[in-house]
Amino acid sequence: MTDGLALNLTPLLPEIVLFLAALALLVVGAFKDKEGARIVTVLAVISLILAALLTLALSRTTVLAMGGHFVEDGFAAFFKMLIFLGAAGSLIVANGYMRDAGIERFEYPVLALFSTLGMSMMVSANSLLALYMALELTSLPLYVMAAFNRDTVRSSEAGLKYFILGALASGMLLYGCSLVYGFNGSLMFGELGRALSVDGRLPVGTVVGIVFILAGLAFKLGAVPFHMWTPDVYEGSPTPVSTFFASAPKIAAMGLLIRVLMQPFGHHVVEWQQVVILISVLSMLLGAFAAIGQTNIKRLMAYSSIGHIGYAFVGLSAGTEKGVVAVLVYMAIYVVMTVGTFACILKMRRDGRYIETIADLAGLSASRPMMAACFAIFMFSLAGIPPLAGFFGKLYVFMAAVDAGYLWLALFGALTSVVGAYYYLRIVKIIYFDDPAAAFDNTPHPALNAVSVIAAALILFFIVVPGPVTRAAGSAAASLVTPASGAANVPAPASRVTALR
Amino acid sequence: MTSTIPLSHYLTLAAVIFTIGVFGIFLNRKNVIIIMMSIELILLAVNINFVAFSAYLHDLAGQIFTMFVLTVAAGEAAIGLAIVVVYFRNRGTIEVADINLMKG
Repeated sequence: MTDGLALNLTPLLPEIVLFLAALALLVVGAFKDKEGARIVTVLAVISLILAALLTLALSRTTVLAMGGHFVEDGFAAFFKMLIFLGAAGSLIVANGYMRDAGIERFEYPVLALFSTLGMSMMVSANSLLALYMALELTSLPLYVMAAFNRDTVRSSEAGLKYFILGALASGMLLYGCSLVYGFNGSLMFGELGRALSVDGRLPVGTVVGIVFILAGLAFKLGAVPFHMWTPDVYEGSPTPVSTFFASAPKIAAMGLLIRVLMQPFGHHVVEWQQVVILISVLSMLLGAFAAIGQTNIKRLMAYSSIGHIGYAFVGLSAGTEKGVVAVLVYMAIYVVMTVGTFACILKMRRDGRYIETIADLAGLSASRPMMAACFAIFMFSLAGIPPLAGFFGKLYVFMAAVDAGYLWLALFGALTSVVGAYYYLRIVKIIYFDDPAAAFDNTPHPALNAVSVIAAALILFFIVVPGPVTRAAGSAAASLVTPASGAANVPAPASRVTALR
Repeated sequence: MTSTIPLSHYLTLAAVIFTIGVFGIFLNRKNVIIIMMSIELILLAVNINFVAFSAYLHDLAGQIFTMFVLTVAAGEAAIGLAIVVVYFRNRGTIEVADINLMKG
């Protein structure tokens, strides 16, 4: 018995902490009636931070656990840090809105914790079974969260749409899993990787399975042609929920997608490369053009996120370690930009009501110069204008594509980001040069200001100290792509297989 | 396991059920409940696939996977029905054609 087969619980410490915290907070919330939501939110953020610290402490080597279904390596640790960061950020900004909208219930942070637990399992999944269970653990709370403002038609419609399309995507992913399992005889990524490491064409069942799995994960990412739910759900859900949707689940799905494509199917880059390139091109196109006519800022952010997933896919379609590094850096920058932008959107409040139209931002610079500056920084960064962080994210993915011989893809990405820059810069123009509309309320929630200012500072000063992020991404990608040193690909002993028979 | 029915029959059956499920979601213009039934069809098609492969490969993992899928499907249906009930309270209808407040 190797340590991969024992019920080795140490690598799961962050997940165990999150799980116990979620259970305990459910009880705390049930017993504290009025003040419950606020206390539970604070405790949830604390447990997320604790989980992040544990992840940092554990992330030195590659370790298998739970009979090989769970892997803890540098790659998973990098994504977990981003997920915990995104989830904590969107929980911190949520409280004020929930209170004002009259839906401040303690279930929200608990659901968010369960979903985060699922995401954290997702990036550590090392078998098709773990992949599916983690994905469902992530999705089920998300369906409820989308419909969280249950007394409004919009929110419940968003929940219903997300549920139907999400369940369909899970079904497709599952069908793909069954085909890959049947044609290769194993659920474990390591064994699949060895079964698939033969040269020549794959059996058609495996290829269909890979495409189905890709489609299911592309849905969770909101990439074209599986993006239909994104604008509606972003617009209909309460804004803090949109913040959550835009940050943590996308990171997790991207992490899972990279692991699936690079580890079990890493030997057959050609088989999935075309699909990834197609998704990337379509997402970039849609993200650039569909956002132009939008009047609702949350809908605009939805199309923006579709476009950004397209850019991240450019790096992935390179199919190289450099490409993976580029995607990791891109996602790290993306989560900071997104949480920051949504923190600004959450400050759009006039006469006690939250507003979402872009026209309401007119002349913001006169009444709220600090908020206007933050907004402008995020918009410039989302557009990819140097010297802000968003530019470097795009630069890395395009360079990875060029190095892999996809010059046309990088050029295409540059062109669509020029188109996309139009609507980002239009917002900056509205904020700074249009006739001022009535001023927004002073936000009584200092956490919002803190989050948006910190995020803006990170975006602004990324150019000065890019080292920590790129170095972490580099070692994370190395732990995934180098199969010789990674224990994830060490063949599991035959004893497990015979034991199951 | 010796079986007189070859694997391909099971796979074809599963593929047909899966396709019926997917079409049930997209072609159905009437009722959300029918969509939820279609989702169940998809999951059951996957279960047939897993069990057939499991028997064919003499590997128990596929059947274990089926158990997990059944469990998750139950949870998913519960959450789906809850959301449908919430939606019905607000809208008074669960006609698919009426779910159009936001244009997607």
